[in-house]
Amino acid sequence: MSETRNIAVTVNGKRYERSVDVRLTLADFLRGPLGLTGTHLGCEHGVCGACTILVDGQSARSCLMLAVQANGHEIATVEGLAPSAERLHPLQEAFRDNHGLQCGFCTPGMLMTLVEFLRDHPNPTEGEVRVAISGNLCRCTGYQGIVAAALDAAGRMRKGG
Amino acid sequence: MKPPRFDYHDPETVPEVVGLLKTLPNARMLAGGQSLMPMLNMRLALPDHLVDLNRVEGLAYIRETGGALEIGAMTRQRDIEFSQLVLERCPVMHEAILQVGHRQTRNRGTLGGSLCQLDPSAELVAVAAALEATIAVAGPKGTREIPFSGFPKTYMTPAIGPDELLTRVRFPLWPRPHGWAFVEFARRHGDFAVVSAAALLEEDRGKIKRASVTLGGVAAAPVRMKEVEKALVGQTASDALFRDACEACRKIEAMQDVHAPASYRQHLAAVLSRRALERAHARIGAAKMSS
Repeated sequence: MSETRNIAVTVNGKRYERSVDVRLTLADFLRGPLGLTGTHLGCEHGVCGACTILVDGQSARSCLMLAVQANGHEIATVEGLAPSAERLHPLQEAFRDNHGLQCGFCTPGMLMTLVEFLRDHPNPTEGEVRVAISGNLCRCTGYQGIVAAALDAAGRMRKGG
Repeated sequence: MKPPRFDYHDPETVPEVVGLLKTLPNARMLAGGQSLMPMLNMRLALPDHLVDLNRVEGLAYIRETGGALEIGAMTRQRDIEFSQLVLERCPVMHEAILQVGHRQTRNRGTLGGSLCQLDPSAELVAVAAALEATIAVAGPKGTREIPFSGFPKTYMTPAIGPDELLTRVRFPLWPRPHGWAFVEFARRHGDFAVVSAAALLEEDRGKIKRASVTLGGVAAAPVRMKEVEKALVGQTASDALFRDACEACRKIEAMQDVHAPASYRQHLAAVLSRRALERAHARIGAAKMSS
């Protein structure tokens, strides 16, 4: 029998209390018991960045955290970005308008990485954007559309998005 | 790609951790998780017990004391990156940490975790060698200090007992102004370096008074290039001096792996140590101009 623990985690502003197997990763906890499948799992060893989420406002790879470690913390996932069912986040709008995605697999990780980056660097250079997304792999776009989207989003967000 | 079964412990004090390590068989400590979690996911690590250090009090701080920077083992790499104290008093560490992984990994990764993982290419390990850091570990008999030169036991294995944990690292500071540089060659930004070089220089009236040249990624542990350091001290800095002194780096015994043959590492060692010294020297000049 594997050990379980009771945890209380806030995800996108909503509090969840669950009993979890201590070896369950945070990524699998979000996708399985919570049904939040927006967070994608690519490599499951911290290389591809697809599972990037925010823990207390800081980006982290959710495949490299245990669910039990999130106890008492605030998690933000891609599901919480859009302000309403009708409206997208300005970063999401910029991705749509600049062809920042094709297959969409890396997109949740790209968005969560860039949300943190643009919060801390509201007026970045192209070079800074490229470094910021260096921990996120995309096999479709060649990154051009993603970089363009990030710079476009920065402008929209400075104007109050 | 799921972690194996283990029992989970989340102690809140250092003595509790030591007590657990003493009694639990086959236990591993979990710090930032940026190396151990992949090893668990891939089942390269199969501990029966996981001792999570993330709730242990008093292990995350950066402070200047007695001519040294003291940094707690659980200090996140992010906090080192954004520390004004590190930037002002230990700029070589700042330059190095920008080359450690990515934002997402530095947000979680810790100093102590990186040192205990002891990857031959790890930037913070090379910085510890360059600055001759002292490492404090707590165990059943209390705390003991290990000079960095005695810290690597063998490949990726620190000289720490199974019932001990790293608590603090003390990095002696170089006087102001000094020259510094951390340069590396990696296949992609944020990858482990194939070879890295750290250089520190102190000059007095145009002559080099003290030098530290460290190579990462060439051998199982960082290599201090004493031969290069000796060739520099007492000399007037020049491009020719740096170039000639760094030729000694071509003779070191280098590793070979899928990333690069030994001969390429030797070549990089000579080139990167020269570049690091040139940059360090230029920065002394820049610091004097601005002061």
